[in-house]
Amino acid sequence: MLTSQFLLLGAVLFCIGVYGVIARKNAVLVLMSIEIILNSVNINLLAFALRNGSADGHTFALYIIAVAAAEVGVGLAMVLMVYRNRRSIALDDLSEMRG
Amino acid sequence: MFAATETLAPLAGGWFLDNAWLAPVVPIVGFALIVLFGKRLPKKGSEIGVASLVASLVLASGAAWQWIQRVNSAGEEQFVSPVVRTWTWWQSGGVQFTIGQHVDGLTVIVLFFVAFISTLVQVYSLEYLRGDRRYTHFFAALTLFSAGMLAMVVAEDMILVLLGWEIMGLCSFILIGHWWEDGANSRAALKAFFTVRTGDVGLLVGIATLFFAANDWTTTNLGLSGFSIRGVSAWALSGEPDSTVILVAAVALFVACIGKSGQFPLHTWLPDAMAGPTPVSSLLHSSTMVVAGVFLVARLYPVFFAGLDILGPSANVIMIIAAITIVIAAALAFVQNDIKRVLAYSTVSQLGYMMLGLGSGAWLPAVFHIFTHAFFKACLFLCAGSISHSASHHSFDMKKDMGGLRKHMPVTFAAWTVSTLALCGVFPFSGFFSKDEIIDNVGGNGYTFFMVVGLCGAFLTAAYMTRATYLTFFGEARGAAAGEHDAHDAHDAHAGPHESGVLITAPVAILAVLAIFAGLFNATPFGESWEYLKKWVEPRAVVVAETRAGGPGESFVIAVPSAQEGQAKSPCGTETPKEGVCFAPAVNHAEFKWSKALLSLAIVFAGIAASWVLSAAYYGRRDPRLVGLTQRNGLARAGYRLLANKYYLDDLYERGVVNGISGPVARGAYWFNQRVLDGILHAVARAARAVAQVVYRDIDQRIVDGAVNASADATKTAGAAVQPVQSGRVGQYGALLFATAAVTALVFVILNT
Repeated sequence: MLTSQFLLLGAVLFCIGVYGVIARKNAVLVLMSIEIILNSVNINLLAFALRNGSADGHTFALYIIAVAAAEVGVGLAMVLMVYRNRRSIALDDLSEMRG
Repeated sequence: MFAATETLAPLAGGWFLDNAWLAPVVPIVGFALIVLFGKRLPKKGSEIGVASLVASLVLASGAAWQWIQRVNSAGEEQFVSPVVRTWTWWQSGGVQFTIGQHVDGLTVIVLFFVAFISTLVQVYSLEYLRGDRRYTHFFAALTLFSAGMLAMVVAEDMILVLLGWEIMGLCSFILIGHWWEDGANSRAALKAFFTVRTGDVGLLVGIATLFFAANDWTTTNLGLSGFSIRGVSAWALSGEPDSTVILVAAVALFVACIGKSGQFPLHTWLPDAMAGPTPVSSLLHSSTMVVAGVFLVARLYPVFFAGLDILGPSANVIMIIAAITIVIAAALAFVQNDIKRVLAYSTVSQLGYMMLGLGSGAWLPAVFHIFTHAFFKACLFLCAGSISHSASHHSFDMKKDMGGLRKHMPVTFAAWTVSTLALCGVFPFSGFFSKDEIIDNVGGNGYTFFMVVGLCGAFLTAAYMTRATYLTFFGEARGAAAGEHDAHDAHDAHAGPHESGVLITAPVAILAVLAIFAGLFNATPFGESWEYLKKWVEPRAVVVAETRAGGPGESFVIAVPSAQEGQAKSPCGTETPKEGVCFAPAVNHAEFKWSKALLSLAIVFAGIAASWVLSAAYYGRRDPRLVGLTQRNGLARAGYRLLANKYYLDDLYERGVVNGISGPVARGAYWFNQRVLDGILHAVARAARAVAQVVYRDIDQRIVDGAVNASADATKTAGAAVQPVQSGRVGQYGALLFATAAVTALVFVILNT
């Protein structure tokens, strides 16, 4: 079944993304991992849209792409500001919010 | 329904008649504005007071003018229906309370002179009270005072009458006690208030009695409530009411009038009311307050007519009380040294005349006397105020601080003389026409004894007014009038006796002119064509057929039944009206004869002459035969002491009534307070304290505080335990997030399978 292969791809991409978010220290890499997670979700949505024969999933996917673009814009701007202030983008150093 | 309906002429109306209710509303609004903003205005609120009363005067004059048009537009024998408008005030238990106006001849004439005199008194007060410490409050109260009287005059029902009546009671209290820092003034204010309140009980009883007795009849036959003045009047003359019930109602209402209008034995508050500023005395004694009682009798005349059997063969309570009042008050005026007290007793005596007229069926002369008396009495009081303001250092003592003032105060003297002659009833001044007509009609209706009392009263009036005039304006100047100063009082403004300013003399002069000419409004001696008030004011005693055209009390179609032929006299008041109702009883009018008038004039001149000779001998030459007579002669001494102590009535009220009630009641109340109330209070306090301790120790400290502390501890412990999770490391947060998501997903998967 084609759908299950799409879903499997989505799951693999999701896991890679999660690993990236948790394990990477570089902020840019973490952002990229988040993008991977979002795209895995897109693949899932498209897979189900294909199976149900409805256009809802496509619409959602388009929305997610648009929102993700904005999110990356904001995220990269933040990373840039962090770099300007600290000369580093290592996330482990940003622990001032510790309780 | 009646054959004679075609004789009906359409009655003229007009804006002023339809909106006469604005006359009291404008001063009430003025009062509110003065209270709210008065102090911030350049003239301290007095301009609002004057303006609102001028507006009232315009409204009242317009209404009077249009009423005359209305009367002229009516047929000869046609009933001139009052202009009535009502609004629902509130509804309760099926009883509808309305508020509204009832404008007829009596209303417009009283409206006119109340607004007129109130306006002049306000103008006078601008000067008289200049610089007073409660100037704004004075004008506020004065405006509300007039508004109360105007409201009572336009009232359509007894509720509004009661309201206006009580507003006046309250305002008289405020105004008499205007200078309350002096204990005597506040005592006088309290005395006035409580004495009038004693009578007011009668008003409540009377209104309630009338309502419960008349409501059924008025609702069925006229569609009016038992509070409506028209309804009650028609009911009283319908031959329907039980004679005992209507007697009770009439007597109860008359008790209220005794209190308000200073009739014996409740007249004692009126002379003490002189404690207020002179403009207040003037307003209170001429057009508002004391006239309210007389007005009530005139307004509800059918009730008194039927209840007390006016025009019946025997004397009724109104006449007896009035006759006593005329004589005792006039006698008291002889022993007063205070010029305002002389005038106060004179007012009491003149109110007796009005009541005597009403009690003996002389409705129109009594109303006419209210009208003329308002002008000359207001003028006399304002003259007294002018004297004290400019000549006698705020003293009213004729023996100590006055005398010989005629040269210094020409305008005041002229106005005083004219008003005095009017009060005495000298032809052709206004008092002659009204007072003589009362005396004439009392005799004409067969009450000879009361006519003699009235003539005696005229003699006494002439005598005491001559004495007062002599002491004030003639003889040699004494005390302050002679320019003597108290050490503390010697400031420049009062260099000596002089004429008052124009704001004082102008109202005095206007009133003096009216004191001369007001009598011409109903000059019976000059023939039928001069009897304007008889035509305009007196309600026509005709049987009125009514059909209800609109809702209850809304509109009336009024027709005159032609079945008057063969009936020499209107049946109203004497027998049950057939096929209709009556709103006014038929009264007689005595025919004027110069012989009778000359007799009363001779009596008046005898009083003036006798008093003048005696005053000149006693006060002027200090005749040894007269000076000290009250010490030498036992009879004269007893008489003087009786009068000086005001027949011991004040003592009776003070010792007998007030102390009799207050002593035991106060002691009983004190005992009750100390033993019973305080005992209960202490027991309750002790119990409350014990309970409070238990509550504090066991409930508050242990349970409430325990719960609060425990929850705080739990929160603290939990916070410490979870704190390490907040590491600040984003990766860890992400791991936790995804771990949670994974666990949740696992749970969903398990649940779904």
